[in-house]
Amino acid sequence: MAHTAAEGLHHDDGAVVKEIWKVTGILSVLTIVELILGFIMMRDISEAMRLAFKGTIVILMIAKAFYIVGYFMHLKHELKNLIMTIVVPLALFIWFITAFLYEGNSYKNLRNRYDPYKKSQSEIKVKKVEEVKETPKAGE
Amino acid sequence: MSTVTTATAPTKLWSGGKSPFNVEYGKLMMWYFLMSDAFTFGAFLISYGTIRFSSNGWPNPNEVFKSFPFAPEGVHAPLVFVSVMTFILIISSVTMVLAVHAGKKMDKNAVVFNLILTIIGGIAFLSCQAWEWTHLHSEGAWWGSNPFLNADGTQSSTNFTNYFFTITGFHGFHVFSGVVINIVMLIMTLMDKFEKRGHYLMIEKAGLYWHFVDLVWVFVFTCFYLI
Repeated sequence: MAHTAAEGLHHDDGAVVKEIWKVTGILSVLTIVELILGFIMMRDISEAMRLAFKGTIVILMIAKAFYIVGYFMHLKHELKNLIMTIVVPLALFIWFITAFLYEGNSYKNLRNRYDPYKKSQSEIKVKKVEEVKETPKAGE
Repeated sequence: MSTVTTATAPTKLWSGGKSPFNVEYGKLMMWYFLMSDAFTFGAFLISYGTIRFSSNGWPNPNEVFKSFPFAPEGVHAPLVFVSVMTFILIISSVTMVLAVHAGKKMDKNAVVFNLILTIIGGIAFLSCQAWEWTHLHSEGAWWGSNPFLNADGTQSSTNFTNYFFTITGFHGFHVFSGVVINIVMLIMTLMDKFEKRGHYLMIEKAGLYWHFVDLVWVFVFTCFYLI
């Protein structure tokens, strides 16, 4: 297996280090953009805007995952066979996520429709916890 | 004989005599392990998503994760502490790549230096998480206990804290094992084990694991703190 280690030497050293720092920069920028979107989301924005922001954040998350797996874990530079045996099984997640989130949402709608008690319970506003916490202390 | 093999190799990867993936056995198995681990974390996160989608209300992460160490009581600084944690993990991932790269060049000193930085990063992340857990626990949050209200002011279930502590706990456990693995790698490097073997492939495998830990944090961070 010394042969694999020796192969690493064929890479141009400077180019490899340059690529590492480039990917570091990309990951940092993506994270900062995510955080900026997160800070904007704290303000009162419409539900549609919020959804759009969340969608953007998910896309940025997948981009970050691609850079980590592709460059830091070196998968992009492996043989195509190896890439496929890792990536193709992970494609199951597409179905996995779609089906389960759809199912969760459907369960919520069904329960709200057929269990009015549960729905009315989930609409009662309660006091802030800090105020509730104070009460037993006062009794001590 | 060997020249014949190399000449025909690109077209006949599967005809025997060479590794069709051109990676060492241990590294391939590390990839498969990480793939299975990805499914474990994926199942956790999808379960969290399903429950969240089936709930009428959910706590606002900006109201829950709003403190950082040494801050005065009642400070409202959402996303600040978790961004610090995220950057710590990204930077430790970078030092790990540099350690792997130094290993390929058989540069022992650079491997040691970058491994130490990676270990420090890992310990720093774990300390941040320990502080965050302690703080949340002091506020009354734990498995089976949720002091936070839903974003719309209604009563929240314990699903939020259960998922938060289980998933970040499982991730934290991975970070902890990663730090232990990196310490073992550091000791082996200092003992010249890899110099004697003639290659630093072991560091590459540890590196794969460490990057995976960073990768999972990208998802955990997004799912719990951002959206």
